[in-house]
Amino acid sequence: MKTNEILKPTFWKVVSVMIVTMGLFSTYFRFSRGLGATTNLVDTAPWGLWIGFDFLGVGLAAAGFTIAATVHIFNIHKYEPLVRPAILTAFIGYSLVVCLLVVDLGRPENFWHPLVMWNIHSVMFEITWCIICYTTVLTLEFAPVVLEKFKLKAPIKFLKIISIPVVIAGVLFSTLHQSSFGSLYLIVPGRLHPLWYSSLLPVHFYISCIAAGLSMIIFESYQTARAFTEENGFHNTGLKMDILSGAASVVLIALIAGFLLKIYDFLNNGKLIYLTIPSTETYLFYLEIVVGTIVPIYLLSYRKFRKDKKWLYIISICVISGLILNRLNVSITGLAASSGVNYFPSFDEISITLMLVVLAIFAFKLVVKNFPVFVGEEEYEDTVNGKSANESKQIILSE
Amino acid sequence: MLKEKGILFDVTLCVGCGSCYQACKEKNNLPQTNKDFLKDHLSNNTFTVVEQYGKMYARKLCMHCNEPSCVSVCLVGAFNKNVTGAVLYDADKCIGCRYCMQACPHKIPRYEWGTTQPRVRKCTLCIDRVKAGKISACSEACPTEATLFGDMDQLVAVAKKRLKDDPEKYYQQIYGLEEAGGGHVLVLSPVPFEQLGYTSKLSKEPMPAFTMRAMEKIPPVVAVGGVFLSGMYWLTKRKNQIANEEKKTTNGNKEI
Ligand code: SF4
Ligand code: SF4
Ligand code: SF4
Repeated sequence: MKTNEILKPTFWKVVSVMIVTMGLFSTYFRFSRGLGATTNLVDTAPWGLWIGFDFLGVGLAAAGFTIAATVHIFNIHKYEPLVRPAILTAFIGYSLVVCLLVVDLGRPENFWHPLVMWNIHSVMFEITWCIICYTTVLTLEFAPVVLEKFKLKAPIKFLKIISIPVVIAGVLFSTLHQSSFGSLYLIVPGRLHPLWYSSLLPVHFYISCIAAGLSMIIFESYQTARAFTEENGFHNTGLKMDILSGAASVVLIALIAGFLLKIYDFLNNGKLIYLTIPSTETYLFYLEIVVGTIVPIYLLSYRKFRKDKKWLYIISICVISGLILNRLNVSITGLAASSGVNYFPSFDEISITLMLVVLAIFAFKLVVKNFPVFVGEEEYEDTVNGKSANESKQIILSE
Repeated sequence: MLKEKGILFDVTLCVGCGSCYQACKEKNNLPQTNKDFLKDHLSNNTFTVVEQYGKMYARKLCMHCNEPSCVSVCLVGAFNKNVTGAVLYDADKCIGCRYCMQACPHKIPRYEWGTTQPRVRKCTLCIDRVKAGKISACSEACPTEATLFGDMDQLVAVAKKRLKDDPEKYYQQIYGLEEAGGGHVLVLSPVPFEQLGYTSKLSKEPMPAFTMRAMEKIPPVVAVGGVFLSGMYWLTKRKNQIANEEKKTTNGNKEI
């Protein structure tokens, strides 16, 4: 890209630069003045936007393990073109989460303590370790894409040898920590609103992250395809409609499974009554269920919507919003009543979060531009036919 | 070895003088936080409060649970249960995730929000005094023995005796004996405890059990998951191979 093209100001560029500048100031204040001065957190609401955001960041990055498993473990190679975008999304998502976690820690200088001080009874401990391990896995899974670019063959060969165990480890680590984010709240039955509290929280979290993670990939594919080709097709990306429709079917299954589980949970624990109590929580719960579950299930159950790019895009936005609502409801709204305070994030909390989001989007775009993430059609055909897959570009992807 | 110590607080004996409040502040070198101690609340500079409910007064402080949530959730083990029964915090380990504050069923731990080196703060059951053979500062200061310090078994016996001797006077429950698995601070009251702002509806089961039921499933999930995934990998790969070979043979046949 030419320099003047980069420097040409567009609306989004200007906004991004403003957000990042503000975010940097807020970060500076956060570390020099402490949490009290820069956040709206209080003793009764010790977790706020940042933790909530970590929840949804991890949830939305879930496609990294589902797609890797589909392609490498179940050997369904049709989905190969999705592997790299999914892994990249996960990697950037997790990096964002880790940065935000460090910002949120009261004593960020002690962030390394969990490495040497262990309390294996703590869910938080398990999550921390899984995130560390899984980020390593993601690095290993994405490394070949970078190495390819610099034509480093030897390490790629090595990574290929260990690729299957790495993928399996990645799936296991993900399963554990995705569900454990739900387990974090098992210990507060009296605090989390019964609409969300359930002994099945870990399972709810796991199922919903699968649906939302895949939706995230559909969403990104659409965005990227639009950016790469004038025609609204997926020409230069190796992505094909039937792949996305296939992913959408999985989304549908996960949504239905999650919905059935919710129904079972409500019937079994006599929670139906809460659905009839008018309160902010109830309305938000309805919003979450309608937008994130019922509407997408309805739309996805029609073939014509499943096969239509634009509709898929809209549906994916619904599912993503559903997950965002759900995670924020669990981590903020659902706890508000019992904490007795109405927490709303402060300016600094919001601006640091926005800054990290902008940086994440920027990083994603940068990598996509410079590395073969959305792999071109020819390579894709090659792998499908099993021709010269080994020599082809998609080293980790193919067998 | 030191016997397990605890506190018995009897609402019927408390006159609301605030001596315990003051004594705790002095013992822990905490600054004054409110001119009217009755209006104060727990904070990083207040480890115990006396709250007024009509003619009754209720003390709030850490319950020093038998199976404390704070100990179980802290990922770096900054919270620990001492042999005396006190639940203690080590600021040098803490990373400041604040999960302990989120998890405590009695909403006790407080945070030093104002500094860049924040600590979690709460009652220590006067561990240093106890180790020196003394009783807690708050019970020493109490003029009416509403706050009683002693060995746990004796305190339980005293509490039970009071309930039995004076059934008219007391609501028949020792709060803190079984709530959330029980702890080292017991409370007696003439009225149901939720009327005095104590967290009611706590299960008798220790809170960490709720988490353990999920954590227990981790090893089987890993084992079964690992085997399942490896198996699937092997199976599907084999299936694809066979399919490929078949393709090849049929191709060959055609050529002949
Ligand atoms: S009352 Fe809260 S802070 Fe005190 S020991 Fe129990 S769980 Fe820990
Ligand atoms: S804030 Fe500190 S003491 Fe509390 S759980 Fe986190 S690391 Fe442990
Ligand atoms: S036991 Fe000690 S630290 Fe706890 S409330 Fe009493 S005086 Fe304060």
